[in-house]
Amino acid sequence: MDHKIVVQNLYKIFGNHPRKGVKLLKQGYTKDQILEKTGLGVGIADVSFHVDEGEILVIMGLSGSGKSTLVRCLNRLIEPTEGKILLEGTDITSLNKEELRQLRQKRFGMVFQHFALFPHRSVIRNIEYGLEVQKVPSSKRRERAMKALEQVGLKGWEDSYPDQLSGGMQQRVGLARALALDPDIMLMDEAFSALDPLIRRDMQDELIKLQEKMHKTIIFISHDLDEALKLGDRIILMKDGRIVQEGTAESILSNPADDYVAKFVEDVDISKVVTAESIMKNPGVVASYAHDGPRAALRKMRQAGLSSIYVQHKGRLMGIVRAEDASAALKAGEKDLKNIIVTDIQKVSPETPAYELFPLLAESSPLAVVDSEEHLMGVIIKGSLLAALAEGVQTNGNDLDAGDTGRQSN
Amino acid sequence: MEMIWMPEIPVGRAIEYVIDLFSEHCSFLTRAFSDLVESGIMLIVNGLMFFPPWVLILAFTAITWFLSRKRGLALFTLIGLLLIWNMNLWSPTVSTLALVLISTLIAMMIGLPLGILSALNQYAYRTIMPVLDVMQTMPAFVYLIPAIPFFGLGPVGAIFSTVIFSMPPAIRLTCLGIRQVPTELVEAADAFGSTRWQKLFKLQLPMATPTIMAGINQTIMLALSMVVIAAMIGAKGLGGEVWKAIQRLEPARGFEAGIAIVIVAMILDRIMQRIGKQNDKPV
Repeated sequence: MDHKIVVQNLYKIFGNHPRKGVKLLKQGYTKDQILEKTGLGVGIADVSFHVDEGEILVIMGLSGSGKSTLVRCLNRLIEPTEGKILLEGTDITSLNKEELRQLRQKRFGMVFQHFALFPHRSVIRNIEYGLEVQKVPSSKRRERAMKALEQVGLKGWEDSYPDQLSGGMQQRVGLARALALDPDIMLMDEAFSALDPLIRRDMQDELIKLQEKMHKTIIFISHDLDEALKLGDRIILMKDGRIVQEGTAESILSNPADDYVAKFVEDVDISKVVTAESIMKNPGVVASYAHDGPRAALRKMRQAGLSSIYVQHKGRLMGIVRAEDASAALKAGEKDLKNIIVTDIQKVSPETPAYELFPLLAESSPLAVVDSEEHLMGVIIKGSLLAALAEGVQTNGNDLDAGDTGRQSN
Repeated sequence: MEMIWMPEIPVGRAIEYVIDLFSEHCSFLTRAFSDLVESGIMLIVNGLMFFPPWVLILAFTAITWFLSRKRGLALFTLIGLLLIWNMNLWSPTVSTLALVLISTLIAMMIGLPLGILSALNQYAYRTIMPVLDVMQTMPAFVYLIPAIPFFGLGPVGAIFSTVIFSMPPAIRLTCLGIRQVPTELVEAADAFGSTRWQKLFKLQLPMATPTIMAGINQTIMLALSMVVIAAMIGAKGLGGEVWKAIQRLEPARGFEAGIAIVIVAMILDRIMQRIGKQNDKPV
């Protein structure tokens, strides 16, 4: 399948004579060196990526990493210095003013960090704005705006003014304003970062729900790893205007490309706060070393839909038996689990923080959680760890930099 | 002491030359302007003088009440205007009001577009702002001088100098109001594909309105003060009364006219402030 958007070697340098900055970057100078040498600010440097139709791509990074600049380059709110942005094969950077306006009106819906609602317009007239600009007749306009308002669950608030709404509601209006245009691409610039954690989670859920129906192509900027994990089909991590890693949530968490990513991943409070105990799942059935032979173990596995089963003996975890070993043992006519039990298994205590679990899980899955008496308390599989982190279990305010106010002024 | 090592640079001469050139060769322009303004003044003055003072006083009181919904202010308007009538200053008050009204209208007609231009265009901003600095620091009396060759003695010359004197705040605050619109909002308007004009009329001007109203308020106040000074070149009205009082050394009459000016100023100021505040809240 062809990609929806392809970004090729995109540069943005702030300052006079930005081309010089591009040249220096190509010669291998770093962002700081260029600033010192020429006074030019590197916004984004040699960024290439693609976005597929219908996916949520999260672009993540700390403030100053160029992520907000990048998203503004896509609809040319910020003019890129060099490079190409292909939308279904058309190079956006080569469009003239009028074509660009058409593109913004029809294809891109944008949602802003601080909502950017027009304070002098009522909710419904805010949502209508994009249609008004397109000169859609007023009755049609109202109809589509009302539909968008319903989609975000704010029916009945159409005549209120933005300052009468809470932050979460304001951002719903912001979302509706973008949806009313029925664009195929949504640019969401830290859309939920200004909301408090509970509301933020609601909005994330809401977005996921909406996305199931709409199948838009969404580019979501965030500095919050939890948010990226929860929303992103793919994640791009940026630092100093460059992409440092690109991939699924799991690949970034388990194989950080470099120290920066590793630190990013590790710095997330949640992985320190969340412990093995809060993530583990009920182990369900276990086999008994004393009573179960290969046949019983296999039956238990089949009933529970497992490919391996933990074996306990007198309340202590002894090891694990895999299905293929058990069926081999059964064919060999063995009566007990003695020969097939694997006792060399990873055990963790319930207090183990989540970030220590990543390397263990990378080696072997599942992990057994045992108490001080070696009693099996629960199991952790890779998926449940990621899911728990994405849910933001038992934490709040786990931002990397809650004070990030978005793009650096330039 | 004269500077002897260098010939005098003819700054004043140069300006005088330009003024002469203008009054000689552009007299058709100045005359057209003169006729237009004069008939405007006549219209307003005659229109207002057509009614007996008490009708107008009640009308002004009603307008003040309607705009401000403040009993105190309405009462002040009523008593203030009655006092002016009582002091036998009704007719000069009306002509002062007419002068202020026309000057403000002209100042706004020129000032608002210039303010918008300087807010949207960096080059215009860099050109207009220093000119405004000069206009505002130049002593007000100086503007009276070119008014005479252009328009002769009388109300039109007074209006000309009043417009120049009172326009800067209208330009400045219009510019400021538009520039104060948060960049995120401007960005949002751009992101939805607005044209430059759509952005101006749907976002920037509505959001700048309270600031623009403050500018207009200042323009009115400056116009009022200049109209009084312009009595020196033959503008009639309350300023003319003060000017006469100075020449004849009549403190009683001077202060009466002065008090009338204060009353008019206060009424205008309060009304404009109310309008500005109403615009603050979306309606």
